[in-house]
Formats: sequence, structure tokens, C-alpha cells
Amino acid sequence: MLTIKCPWCGERDQIEFSYGGEGHIARPTETEKLTDAEWGDYIFFRKNPKGVHYERWTHSAGCRRWFNAVRHTVTDQFWDVYKTGEEAPVPPEDWDGIQSRAEYEAARSTQAAKKEG
Amino acid sequence: MMKYSIFSLARNARTYHQDWPKAWRSPDPKPEYDVVIVGGGGHGLATAYYLATVCGITNVAVIEKGWLGGGNTGRNTTIVRSNYLWDESAALYDHAVNLWEGLSQELNYNVMFSQRGLLHLAHNVHDMQEIGRRGNSIYLNGVDSEFITPEQVKEMVPFINLNCRYPVMGALLQKRGGTARHDAVAWGYARAADAAGVDIIQNCEVQGFDITDGKIQAVRTSRGTIKAKKVGVVTAGHSSVVAEMAGFRMPLESFPLQAFVSEPLKPIVDCVIMSNAIHAYISQSDKGELVIGGSGDPFISYSQRGSFDQIEHVAGPILELYPIFSRVRMMRQWGGITDVTTDRSPILTKTPVEGMYFNCGWGTGGFKATPGSGHVFAMSIAKGEMHPIAAPFSMDRFSSGALIDEAAAAAVAH
Ligand SMILES: Cc1cc2nc3c(=O)[nH]c(=O)nc-3n(C[C@H](O)[C@H](O)[C@H](O)COP(=O)(O)OP(=O)(O)OC[C@H]3O[C@@H](n4cnc5c(N)ncnc54)[C@H](O)[C@@H]3O)c2cc1C
Ligand SMILES: [Zn+2]
Repeated sequence: MLTIKCPWCGERDQIEFSYGGEGHIARPTETEKLTDAEWGDYIFFRKNPKGVHYERWTHSAGCRRWFNAVRHTVTDQFWDVYKTGEEAPVPPEDWDGIQSRAEYEAARSTQAAKKEG
Repeated sequence: MMKYSIFSLARNARTYHQDWPKAWRSPDPKPEYDVVIVGGGGHGLATAYYLATVCGITNVAVIEKGWLGGGNTGRNTTIVRSNYLWDESAALYDHAVNLWEGLSQELNYNVMFSQRGLLHLAHNVHDMQEIGRRGNSIYLNGVDSEFITPEQVKEMVPFINLNCRYPVMGALLQKRGGTARHDAVAWGYARAADAAGVDIIQNCEVQGFDITDGKIQAVRTSRGTIKAKKVGVVTAGHSSVVAEMAGFRMPLESFPLQAFVSEPLKPIVDCVIMSNAIHAYISQSDKGELVIGGSGDPFISYSQRGSFDQIEHVAGPILELYPIFSRVRMMRQWGGITDVTTDRSPILTKTPVEGMYFNCGWGTGGFKATPGSGHVFAMSIAKGEMHPIAAPFSMDRFSSGALIDEAAAAAVAH
């Protein structure tokens, strides 16, 4: 079962959460000046990447608060979650989406230790 | 191409079936084609077949990164129907059903199209109103559809539990609906397209495009660059990825959808039974397996697996409606990546790149449309203008607002 770490409640089953789609899509300002194509882009067009995705979730069967998450869409592994308004944690380029953030960072630090030693 | 018939079967029986020729060639890619089709699923192969046979364009290649039909074509639950709400959808899906009816003969390949009838159960007042509205609209479009009572449902499906947690209040029946063999559709089109001169190139991934002055020049693949006058992209769940290579976005999101089959049983389900309200549907394959499906995962993913909780969501209602299956063992479970649009209608379209066309957005329900989609898409590519049946499905509907909203209105699943 996929688990998600709510920034307030901690790790819970994915079924407690609802997905809110791609994150960081700002509603356009000066909407009266938007063209139809710009409106269409805002409402319907999404990145839908195969890889790292910044997205919104809400803990519907828990604290009911919204938050953001960074997930790899091939493995469904989460890099991290972050609260609305916080800056997005950017996973390193060479993250394969298989390791969790903790595993990745642990592997990194043993590698660094080996080099030094 | 060797014609398949009772005589070729008998001839080959004498040599213990050791001498059957390959169903299609596996040529190396040529340096240049008139049309390159990206994606060797049913829709891509059908497009190539109709380009060669209907449009007279035979210098065509189909480029597939894996094996033919290894995408959603080989992963779907094979339901074919055309009982959609809107005129545009009825025209497209019924065009497909008409082609299905002669397909095995046309391709000289048994696609096992079986019009065993398809039931949409209604479980509540809303469902009854929905099938009422849709049934009448379908009927006015000249597509067959009938309302039937719970008693008639019981006659067709004697083992159904009508008075369960999801009481059956009525149903919409499309007698021309049914199933087909998914692999055979891919293989049949591949064999016939190959015989008409199309090069089918498997294990070859498209990794980028050469575009100058907004016009397509070539397709960059894992087996080198291939020049192309026109390109048709038919990559289902990966369409956003391919569009990004060409420098634009599609109004799509990719969701896993899964299905299950049981151990083989003696014949018991002789039609297709769907339930939109509870999102579970069932049919029986000719091998005897119960084929069961439900709804997609609620978050985008390319994992090609599907979530565990969806299994429970499907199994619960199936057992409630058909308690007789409570001891049946499930044999396999798998997922496919479905390319879903906001209005749950497909996209057949020109793109911001001249000479490049996309056929995608079929989401959870495009298998049924395979012949019709390939047919009108081929004619659109050949002419350089979208075919009248395809035109309403252009991607500019997402800026004009002329959506074809099958999501809320018709059966969303399959
Ligand atoms: C579980 C499930 C059940 C379904 N049930 C039904 C049903 O009952 N009835 C129905 O009508 N529909 C159903 N569908 C939907 C249906 O399967 C699809 O809409 C349809 O098969 C899509 O066909 P296609 O040829 O467009 O895509 P696909 O068969 O997915 O073909 C696309 C091909 O493109 C290839 N490709 C992708 N990227 C590249 C690249 N970069 N280079 C080269 N090749 C590439 C892929 O490998 C793939 O083979 C179901 C889908 C699923 C997953
Ligand atoms: Zn919470």
C-alpha cells in the first residue's frame, strides 16, 4: 500500500488522501485580458511528466488540510512533502525515483565518507 | 501474404505446423518515409493499414518502442460498444462498430469480434434518468439501444442478485455491443498493413524530433534518425511525453487503470455487464476467464501497476451483484497507463508543428474505437485536413470551449 506523509499527521495510507492535481498553478491575474488559448492552457493543459512531479494532496480522512508533495510518477516514490507556501524541495538530477529521500541521502553520505577515507 | 483459410490450415497440418510463414516482416528502418506512425498499438497499426489501403500511401513505417500491442491495446478488457451520448461521439464510435462488423473478413484474421450484447445496469434514480436520457439520444442517432426491466435482466443473467446493496432498477442494452480479442486486433492490422507495404519496426523508441521552421523533418529514434514528411503520434498514456519532445503540451493526464482475470470457468456470462454507479464490470473471455475491471487510480502515474485499494473497490460490488463468484480465484492482475482528457473524449488533431498529428486521449475506453479511429485518422493525415468525423475532436476545443463532455453524461468507463 502506498503511504503518504501528511506534514501535520505523519505517515498514513494513501486512501486517506485525495489528489489535487499539478501544484503551483497560479490563477492568472488580469483575466479580462486573457486570450481563449491562455484560458484553455490554464484550465486544461498539464505537464503530466514521466518523472518528478510537484502536486497537491489533501488529507481528506484526517486533518483535511492541503499540502504539496514531490513524487516520482514512474515509481510513485515520494521525495518529500511540504506545506502550502513553503518552497518546493527539488530532488537531485540523479535521483532514480526508487530510493526514498532518506535512502538516497544515506547512500550519498557513505559514498562521500568512502572518498574522504 | 499467405491467406489464412481452411485449406492453408489443412496444408500446414501435413507439415505439423512447422512451416507457417511469419505474419509480418521485421525490416530495418529506411532512411525516409512519407508517413511515420509513432506507437504500435491498435490505433497506430490501424492508421498505417488504412493509409496503405484506403489512402494509397504505402511508404509508411510504424515505430514501436516495445512489442506490438504491449501498451493499452494488449491490456484492456476488450469491451466494444457505441452507446455514447453526444452526436460527435455517436458518429465516431458507431463508425468503428460498423467497421468491426466486417473486420475479420477484411483483414483475413479472426479478431473474434462477438456481438454478445452489453448491459448497463441502473441502480438508483439518477442512473435511471441517465440511461433514459442517453438511451433516447442514442436511439435518435440511429444507434441501437433498448431499455429493459430488472426481470429481463434476470432472464439474461440468471445468477445476478437484483436486490442487493446495489439494487438493479433497470438497464440499457446494446445488442450490437460485445467483445473482441485485443491481441488479434493488433496482429491482424499489423499483418495486413505489412502485406500492403508498411514497415513495422519494433523495439525502436522515438526519442525526439527534428523540426525546422515549425515543420516536421525527421524522427529521432534509438535506431537512428528517420526522415518523415508527416508524423502521426499514437502513443496513448505516453502522449504528453512525446508532445514534450516536440515542444508543446497536451490537455492530458495519465492514470493507471487495472483489470483482472479469474481462473477459466465453464461458460456462464454470455454478455457484458457494466455498472457505472459502482464502477465494476464483468464479461467472460472465450477461454473461460472472467474479465473484470473497474475505475482508474485517482492520481497521475506511469507505474503501470494500479493501486491495491482499487482491487477491493472492484471485488466488493462484483461479489455483491454476483455472489456465485465468491469462491472463484483470480489469476492475474495488471495495469495500463490511460491518457485521460477533461471531457473524457479523445483527441484527433493537428498540432502546432506542421505535418505532425496526434491521436490520443482515448483514456479508459479507446479499444472499441480502434478501426474507426485508425480509418478517420489515416484520411486526415493523407489529406492534411481533419476528416469530418474527427474534426470535432481537435485539440482546439480546449480553447474554444466546444468540449464533448462524455465524462458526466455518458458511461465514463470503457
Ligand atoms: C485495464 C484497461 C482496461 C480497458 N478496457 C477497455 C475496454 O473494455 N474497452 C475499450 O474500448 N477500451 C478499454 N481500455 C482503453 C484502451 O485499451 C485504449 O484506449 C486503447 O487500447 C488505446 O490504443 P492505442 O493504440 O492508442 O494505445 P496503446 O495500445 O497503448 O499503444 C501505444 C503504443 O505507443 C508506444 N509508445 C509510447 N511511447 C513511444 C515512443 N516514445 N516511441 C515509440 N513507441 C512508443 C507504446 O509502447 C504502445 O505500444 C482499457 C484500458 C486499460 C488500461
Ligand atoms: Zn493530516
